[in-house]
Amino acid sequence: MAEDNSPFGAARALTLAGPLALDGGASLAPVDFAYETYGALNESRSNAILICHALTGDQHVASQHPVTGKPGWWARMVGEGKPIDPARHFIICINVLGSCMGSAGPASLAEDGRPHAMRFPVITLRDMVRAQAMLLDHLGIETLQAVIGGSMGGMQVLQWAACYPQRVRSAVAIATAARHSAQNIAFHEVGRQAIMADPNWRGGDYYADGEPPTKGLSVARMAAHITYLSEEGLTEKFGRRLQARDSKSFGFDADFQIESYLRHQGISFVDRFDANSYLYITRAMDYFDLAEEHGGLLANAFAGSSTRFCVISFDSDWLYPTSEAKTIVRALNAGGAEVSFVELPSPFGHDAFLLDTPGLNTAVDGFLKAGEGA
Amino acid sequence: MRPLRPDLAIIASHVPDRASVLDIGCGDGGLMAALRETKSADARGLELDAADVATAMAKGLSVVQGDADTDLADYPDSAFDYAILSQTLQTTRAPDAILGELLRIAPRAFVSFPNFAYWRVRASLLFGGRMPVTGALPLSWYATENIHHVTIDDFRALLREQGIAVEQAWFLSGNRQRGAGAANLLAEQAVFLLGR
Repeated sequence: MAEDNSPFGAARALTLAGPLALDGGASLAPVDFAYETYGALNESRSNAILICHALTGDQHVASQHPVTGKPGWWARMVGEGKPIDPARHFIICINVLGSCMGSAGPASLAEDGRPHAMRFPVITLRDMVRAQAMLLDHLGIETLQAVIGGSMGGMQVLQWAACYPQRVRSAVAIATAARHSAQNIAFHEVGRQAIMADPNWRGGDYYADGEPPTKGLSVARMAAHITYLSEEGLTEKFGRRLQARDSKSFGFDADFQIESYLRHQGISFVDRFDANSYLYITRAMDYFDLAEEHGGLLANAFAGSSTRFCVISFDSDWLYPTSEAKTIVRALNAGGAEVSFVELPSPFGHDAFLLDTPGLNTAVDGFLKAGEGA
Repeated sequence: MRPLRPDLAIIASHVPDRASVLDIGCGDGGLMAALRETKSADARGLELDAADVATAMAKGLSVVQGDADTDLADYPDSAFDYAILSQTLQTTRAPDAILGELLRIAPRAFVSFPNFAYWRVRASLLFGGRMPVTGALPLSWYATENIHHVTIDDFRALLREQGIAVEQAWFLSGNRQRGAGAANLLAEQAVFLLGR
């Protein structure tokens, strides 16, 4: 909880009365929000940038993570002298609906004082975006200079541009897609089944005794983590090298470095993420299909839009490959929208948007600055 | 800003104020930037090379990474006032199809290309027996991106075949404009303004 009453600053929390009507038919009231802001709104309230985070991301975009102690997940992009700069932008990042870092989700408390757990309604990307709009309304932010995000953050960017075209002047969608493919859904289903197969999951009611389904969540994270990397990157980083041993053990220890690395990724993930949130958010992503909401034609989602778009993909990203980005670009062109698109080279796979990728910051910087000059 | 290449300078000076243009093969966006600055044009670009696209984006230009041979189909009919294809026609797989695409997405199109019947080119082949390397064709045969060499007369013949109108044409040798007389022999480059 924030120590002062200002709605702006690091580690803010706010509860709005709602109700928030959801795509699934249910509605949510009240609605909890956890978010952070950096920089100051200018007098004309025209310098706000909304950063949308990815599946397991959070509002700590450029501040230390309270659990892991690590720097903000996008400190490379956000900060003094960076493309998104608190010296000239008012930056806001909101923990998405369904997540577990303070916004309403399965781990947050229901009216009866117990966590919602699986009583939490199934949500969509559009519900997440509507919730964000509700908070921005409350904060008096009508127009956004830009909405920007990678991966699921990029999906929210597209959803924002489709739902609120008049509120979004520039949209930056990185390493993302306008819908989840069968392969995307398949990987998520593996993760969900791993969680639900953990005897500690117990239909989602594991909050009371502090015995969450860590094994299942850890396996889900391991499987997902593979999809965030490229084969080239894995080979370069680990190859077939053995982990702290000279020869194979002829057992099932983590003989290989890659095994050890993945186990570490899985184990450290469970300290900071809620298994039920993982179920809800992956479900929301799987339901995402922007064309479906617009008569099956993606171009309709952006028809007549005056939003400027910047779409970026990475050549080694096989989770949301360049072909998905080009589908978005094609739809934007068909709708007559102003769009830039580039496929950047990177060995890092899908994770490239979070890492040092040459060209990423300069492209985003140039795109944002051109929008500010207009 | 660097001075524009001579063919681009001709194109830039003939684009009307506030026109919407698609520059196909826009490179790092030099022409687009000039059109934005001097003509307040709504300029969009298409470019194959990722590094060029990134450079153009860093200048704040709207450029899409893509291939003229395959990606022009993504643009709706009459989406722009002008399509521009400078020094790119001879690098495409299907130049004849691309001319049709240009005039589908815009009522008018500027096309510039190096003239393969320029006398120095002819001389290089006739007397040297070698593929020409000239100012307008600076790369050796193995390094050039030009896969469909074309002469001014070839181009005019294709336009006649496709029923495409020539609204204006300019000819260059070196950096200087010259008349239309014997252009197929004496012009190193040509710039055409085409209409439907």
